[in-house]
Amino acid sequence: MPELLILCPAIIFLAGFVAPTLRRALGDRAGYLLCLAPFAACGLLLSQAGLINEGAGIEYSLVWFEALGASIDFRLDGLSFMMAVLVTGIGGFIILYTQGYMHGHAYLGRFFLYLLLFMGAMLGLVLADNLLLLFVFWELTSITSYLLIGFNHEAKESRWKALQALLVTGLGAMGMLAGFILLALVAGTWKISEINGLGALVQASPFYTAIVLLVLTGAFTKSAQVPFHFWLPNAMAGPTPVSAFLHSATMVKAGIFLMARINPALSGSGLWEYMLAIFGGLTLLLAMFLGLFQKDVKSILAYTTLGVLGILTMLLGIGSTYAIKAMVVFLIGHALYKATLFMVVGSIDHETGTRDVRLLRGLRRAMPLTALAGGLAALSMSGLPPFFGFIGKELIYKAGVKLSGLEMVFLAVALLGNLVMMGLALKAGIGPFFGKANHEALPKKPHEAPWSMWIGPVVLAVLGLVIGIMPFWVTEFMVSPALAAIQGAEVVHLELALWKLVKPNLPLLLSGITVLGGFFVFLNRARFWAVADRVLAAIRPYGAEAMYERIFNATIWLSKVQTKKLQTGRLHDYIFVIIGATSLLVAWTLLKIAPTLGQIEFGDFNPAVTVLMAIIIAATFLVVISDKYFTILGGLGTIGFGVALLFAFYGAPDLAITQLMAEALVVVLFMFVIYGLPPIRRFSQSRTYRRDALLAGVFGLIIAILAWLAVDLQLDSPISNELAAMSYPEGKGKNVVNVILVDFRALDTFGEITVVTAAALGIAALLSSRIRKRSAAQTERDAS
Amino acid sequence: MKWFVLSQSGRILFPWLIVLSLIVLYRGHNLPGGGFIGGLLCAAAFILVGLGDGMDAARRRLYLRPVTVLGIGLGVAVLSGLPGLFSDKHSYFVDQWLPGFTLPLLGDMHIGTPLIFDVGVFIVVVGFVLHSVFSLDYLAQTDHRSENEKQEEEEGA
Repeated sequence: MPELLILCPAIIFLAGFVAPTLRRALGDRAGYLLCLAPFAACGLLLSQAGLINEGAGIEYSLVWFEALGASIDFRLDGLSFMMAVLVTGIGGFIILYTQGYMHGHAYLGRFFLYLLLFMGAMLGLVLADNLLLLFVFWELTSITSYLLIGFNHEAKESRWKALQALLVTGLGAMGMLAGFILLALVAGTWKISEINGLGALVQASPFYTAIVLLVLTGAFTKSAQVPFHFWLPNAMAGPTPVSAFLHSATMVKAGIFLMARINPALSGSGLWEYMLAIFGGLTLLLAMFLGLFQKDVKSILAYTTLGVLGILTMLLGIGSTYAIKAMVVFLIGHALYKATLFMVVGSIDHETGTRDVRLLRGLRRAMPLTALAGGLAALSMSGLPPFFGFIGKELIYKAGVKLSGLEMVFLAVALLGNLVMMGLALKAGIGPFFGKANHEALPKKPHEAPWSMWIGPVVLAVLGLVIGIMPFWVTEFMVSPALAAIQGAEVVHLELALWKLVKPNLPLLLSGITVLGGFFVFLNRARFWAVADRVLAAIRPYGAEAMYERIFNATIWLSKVQTKKLQTGRLHDYIFVIIGATSLLVAWTLLKIAPTLGQIEFGDFNPAVTVLMAIIIAATFLVVISDKYFTILGGLGTIGFGVALLFAFYGAPDLAITQLMAEALVVVLFMFVIYGLPPIRRFSQSRTYRRDALLAGVFGLIIAILAWLAVDLQLDSPISNELAAMSYPEGKGKNVVNVILVDFRALDTFGEITVVTAAALGIAALLSSRIRKRSAAQTERDAS
Repeated sequence: MKWFVLSQSGRILFPWLIVLSLIVLYRGHNLPGGGFIGGLLCAAAFILVGLGDGMDAARRRLYLRPVTVLGIGLGVAVLSGLPGLFSDKHSYFVDQWLPGFTLPLLGDMHIGTPLIFDVGVFIVVVGFVLHSVFSLDYLAQTDHRSENEKQEEEEGA
C-alpha cells in the first residue's frame, strides 16, 4: 500500500493543526489523543517490515511539476524505514512526555503544534526520494526547530540561541541546495534512488568536488560537525522535550541521514571518505573535551550527542561493511538511550528544580522508575553488555582493528571518545540517583514524576536492554536493510548475536580499556568541574561560536552602514540614483557593442504632427521651470493630450481614448488636492540644479539613441501579426487589443486589475488615518 | 452656490453617459472600446454629477461603497475564468462561448466568458476611480470646512 507513505506524514501534520483547538477543548488531556498520531504512523510503517526485510522498497509518486522534475516522491527502503520508525516511535513518547512535563502551560497547544509539525517534517525528510522534496522538508525542520528552541520567547537568550540554530543550519542548507542542483544537473534526475545508481557518472564529473563540499556544508551544519558544532549545545534553550527529540531521533540525525542517503552516489573517491572521517573524528574529540567540563546534566548530554554525531560521521567515512553496520547499530542504540536520558533529566529538573550534577544525589528512592530508566540508558550508553550499546561499540572496534597504517588514528580517536563518553554517561545517568541523598539542598522536595513522564523513558530504556539480549528482530528488519541501502547493495542478512561478540579478542580488550577508563573519568569528575570555568573561559575567544558572533556583528554593521548611505529618505536622492545607475549601465552596454545608427525613414513631412511635437516639448519645459501648480497641471495635461493625439494619429484608438480619459480624470483628482498642497519652494542649491540637469540631459540622450536603434531592430516577425491573425477565428473579436486583453492574456489582465484593487486599498490605508483624525476633530467640534 | 450649467448637464447627461459606457464596453471586442475605457467613461459620468451637485450626490447614485464595487468586479473576473476549467482544455481563463444569436437593434450577439471578464474589468475600474475621487473629496471638504471655520473664528474675534 504505497499511499501510506504520504498518509503517515499527513496524519502527523493534521494532528499538529488540530492540536491548539484540541487543547482548548480538552485541556491538557489532549496529549493523550495527540500521541496516537505518531504511534499510528509508527504502526503503519512497522506493518511494512516484511517487505523491507525482503529488500523491496515501496514507492509513492505524485507528479506535480513535471518539467522541473519537482514531484512528490516518497520511498521506503531499509534506511528510511529505520529512521521513520525511530522518528514516529520516539515521537509518540515525546508527545506523551510533553503532556506531563508542560502540564498546565498556557501555550501547550501551540507547543504541540510546533512539535508535531517538526515531527511531520522530519518524517517527510526521511521518506523523501526527491532532492527538492527533501530540501523542502529539511528547511521545514529548520524553521520548526527554530520555533521550538525559541519557545520561551520572552527570554532574550532563548531567542538568540534559536536564531543561531536557524542561521547556521539555514545557511548550510543554502550550500546544500546548490550542491543538490549540481548533483541533479550531473545525474539528470532529481530522484535520489536513481542518482544513487549513477555513482560512477557523478564521480567522473568535473563538479564532483563541488557537489561533495556543498552537500557536506548542509549535512555538517545540520549534524553539528566541527566547526558548526556550537549551535547544538545552545539548542538546549528549548523546553526539555524538544531537546529529547532533537538530539535523539530528529534534527541532528538529519545530517547523518543525508550523508547515509546519498552515500552510494558520492562515496568511493577518497575525498568523501576522508572529509567524513576527519571531521567526524575532530567533532568527537572536541565534544568529549568540552563535555568533561560541563556541570549541567542537560549540557553533558548535549555534548555526548555531539560526540555520537562525530562517531557516526567518522564511521560512515571509514565506510567498510563493519563500520557502516556499527554506525546503524550505534544510531539505533543512541536514539533509544538519548531520548530516555533527556526525558529523565527533564523529569529530574521538573521534580527537583535543578539540573546541577553537583547537587543531584541519591534520588533513587524518591524517583525509582525514573532512576531505573536513567540507569539502564546510562549503562547502554556506556556500552556495557548485555545492552544494545555494547553491540554498537564492539562493532566500532571491530571496524577499527581492520584499519591499517595511518588510518589507525581513527581507532585511537574512537577509543578515546568512547572512554570519555562512558564517563559522561555515568555522570549524567547514574550520578544523580546514587550516593547519599541530600534532598534538603534541592530547590524542590523530589518525588516520582507522573506516569506520562516515566512511561516513555522506561519503555525506551528497557527496549535498549531487550534488543541487546535478542538483537534478532532489529538486525533482521532494520540493520541489514539499512546497511544495504547505505551501501547501495542487495540485502544480506547478518547474524548479530550478543554472545558471538563476547570472545577474547582485540575488540573485547579495547572494550575493557574503555570501561576502566570510563570509570576513571567518572570518579575524577570533581577535578574537571573544579577547573571548568577557567578552562572554558580561556578557550572561548578562539572557539567557533566567538567567530560566529564576530561574523554576525559584522553583518549587522555592514547592513546598517549601507542602509544609512543608500536609504536617505529623500525622493530626490532615490530618483537620482535610479536614473544615474540606469544611464551608466545602458551607456556602458552601448559603448561595448558600439552599434551603428541606421538611416531613419522619417516619412512624409506632416505639419500637424510636427506642430504637436513642438507643443509637447514646449509644455515639458514649462512643467520643469514653473513653480505654480496650475501651470504644472496645465503643462502635464498638454503633454498627455498631445501624446493621446499622437496615438490616435498612428492608429491606436484604444490607447488614445484611454489616455484621454485618464488625463481628464487626473485633472479632476488633482483639483481636490491642490488646495491642500504647500506652495512650491526651492531648496536645492544651483549646483544641484546643474548636476540634475546634466543627468537628465544624458538620460534623455541615451533614451533617444535607444529609440533610434529600436527603429532598425527587427527580430522575428512581430508577434502582433500572429495575434491579429488569430484574433477573429480563436477569440471571436475583431479588435486585437481587446481580444489580447480579455482572452489571450486574460490572466495578465486579471493580475493588473488585482493590482488596481490593491492600489485602491493602499489609498484607503494612506488616507484613512487622516480621515479618522478629521472625523474625530469633527465630532469634538460638533459636541462643543 | 452651485454652477447651474454644470449641475444640470450632469443630471441630464448622466444616464446617457452610462449607456454610452456600456456600449463602449460591449463593442470593445470588435471596435475600439472595452472594459478599461468603458469603466473610465462610467466613472466620469459619476464625477460629472459630483462636480455639479457635490460628491455626496454621486455617492448616493452609486448606492454601493466603491470598495464593495471593487470586490464585485474582481469576483466577476474570477468567476468568468471558471467555465474554462470544465472545457476540453481544463484550463483557467480558456474562453467559452454561447452559440451566436440575433437580437433586434443590437444585431448578431456573441456572448462568452471574455465579455463577462471585461465586465469585471469595467466594474473594477469604476470602483477604483470613484474610490480615489471620493476619498480625496472627503479630505478636501474637511480641509475646506476647517479652514472656513478658522476664518470665521478669526473674523468673529
